[in-house]
Order: sequence, then structure tokens, then C-alpha cells
Amino acid sequence: MVFARPPADRNEALRLALLELADDHLVLSQRLGEWCGHAPTLEEDLALTNLALDLLGTARTLYATVAEREGKGRSEDDLAMLRVEREYRNLLLVERPNGDFAHTIARQLFFAAFMRPFWERALASKDEVVQGVAGKALKEMRYHVRHAGEWTIRLGDGTEESHRRMQGAIEALRPYLDELFVSSEAAQAAEEEGVLPVRADIRPEWEETVSDVFARAGLTMPEWPHPRLGGREGFHGEELGHLLAELQYLQRAYPGAQW
Amino acid sequence: MSEKEMPLWEVFIRPRNGLAHKHAGSVHAWDAEMALQAARDVYTRRGEGTSIWVVRSAQIVASDPDAAEELFDPTADKIYRHPTFYKIPKEVGHM
Repeated sequence: MVFARPPADRNEALRLALLELADDHLVLSQRLGEWCGHAPTLEEDLALTNLALDLLGTARTLYATVAEREGKGRSEDDLAMLRVEREYRNLLLVERPNGDFAHTIARQLFFAAFMRPFWERALASKDEVVQGVAGKALKEMRYHVRHAGEWTIRLGDGTEESHRRMQGAIEALRPYLDELFVSSEAAQAAEEEGVLPVRADIRPEWEETVSDVFARAGLTMPEWPHPRLGGREGFHGEELGHLLAELQYLQRAYPGAQW
Repeated sequence: MSEKEMPLWEVFIRPRNGLAHKHAGSVHAWDAEMALQAARDVYTRRGEGTSIWVVRSAQIVASDPDAAEELFDPTADKIYRHPTFYKIPKEVGHM
């Protein structure tokens, strides 16, 4: 079985740090895409798939960069479509199933509230690809925070039922939040080189964004002493396999198919 | 929350600075902020806009289609109101 292994050298570490980010974006994009045709309203159907396409754009640039720097003749598609579950390095948060609309919105708020300050800091990255991605992604993440934040407020401060579901979603996702602030060996190398921002430093700003929304929504963040980690090492929940099966089906069934 | 109860909003988009907001369509939303976001997500996906207005459809006062004859037909024979009778100096260019 293939596992996500630690980097062999510095260059590989820098590539893997970008691959982790790319995986976060692709997996969350695929999750949001699952709402296509199923969202509560037509307006939200378009909104969620718009968010998905923002994330996909970022993932593509990062995969293409990793593939090019790797120099093994792999393409962005090879990285996305031909790696198995254990080779995926995404955060456990982003692979969590859509659940009800509250789960999807909470997951989006948690992720975007992290990525917004992340890209803001990454504008000063020493890697020009990262700098370029940051400029575009920062604007997108501002909107993701706004969209998910406004929904969180309305659901939290809405009816008894919507409040119950929103609070339930937060509690269900709470175990996966600490992983946002943990840097893998690869990410640490990128942080030391000034390529990516230090993840742990982002926590205060993330907490401020989330607690502002929660205060207006009448929601509370539960304490959770046992963080769930392992995504960066390829230890995923069962759900990621199902997601990849759908995402990769076509390339697996018809290798090299193009359209 | 049934969609039937969700208010309808009319969406107006300004494609570029200097142009007027133009009616683009409508969206359902519970309040102004969500209507604005819905309008952004539904009507500006291909770079159509630089500014959005949303207004509750119920707030628009419309003319009665049955009154169209008395309102609009009387202008039909007043072609002298069109500015086509004026010569535009070349220096003005396109108006």
C-alpha cells in the first residue's frame, strides 16, 4: 500500500507543502460540488458551486506547480486523479461529509476564516507562485468568510430548529479544527524558507473571526481536548475514499481520457 | 423555510463605471444582505458587474398593462420629439 511519506529532502519538502494545500482545496471543492443540483435554493446552488470553482482554481495552480517542479513528467491531472486515499495529504476537516446545510456552512466558515489570513500573509511569500495565488485567493476567501459567516448568523439566530442544527454542526466539526494550526514536517520547511506562513500564528485571527460570527449568531464553541490529526500523513476517514472514487472514476475507468 | 414565503428581489447590475444599473433578473432571499450575495452569485459569474442594486420586488410600483394605450400610444405620432432632426457637429463625435 502507498502511504503519504515524509519528505526525503528540502526540495521535496517544499513541493509537499504545496501539495498539502492543493489537496485541501481540491477535496473541499469536490465536497461543495456535491451540492450542485441539490442545494436548498437555486441561488445557493450557484453560490456553493461558485465557491467550489474558486477552490478548484487554486488547487489547479498548486498541482501544476508541484508537477512542474517535481520534473517527473506528471501533470496536475495525474496528481489529482491518480493518487490513492493514503497519498492525499488534506486536512480531515475538508473531507468531512456535507451533512445538512449547516454542516457545509460551518465547514466553509472554519476553512475560509483560516485561509483568509493565511493568504494575506502569503502575499509576502518568497515563492512567486505562492505570491500570485495569494493575491487571487485572498479576495475569494474574503467572500467565502462573508457568505458562510452571514449564513451562520442567520441559521444560529434563526429558528429553534436552525439554531439546533448549526450548533450541532459546530460540535460535530470541533474535533477537526486544531489540525488547521498544525504544520507538517513539509510545511515547517516551507515556513522556515519564508514560502508559507506559520500556521500556528494564524490562530488568534481565526478565533477572532469565528467568535465575532458566533457572538452575532448566538452560538458557542465547545472545548475539545482531543484533536483529530493525521490528514497530512494520509490517515483519513472512510469518507475520503468515497469522495475520491467519485472524483477519480473517469480517469481510472478510461485512463488518459480527455475532452 | 419554504421558498414560497421567501421574498423576491429585483436585481440591477452596472456593467461598467459611467453606465446605468440595468435590470438583470430576480432572486429569492430573506433579507437585503443575502439578496445582494445571491445576486452576486447568480448574475455576476462572468464578470458582468461592478455594482449591484437589489430592491424588494413588492416595493416596485408598476404601470397597469391595461392602461398601456392611454399611457404610451399618444407619443406614437410625435416623431419630432426624436433628436434625429438635429445636425451633430463633427467635433462632437459619437453621442
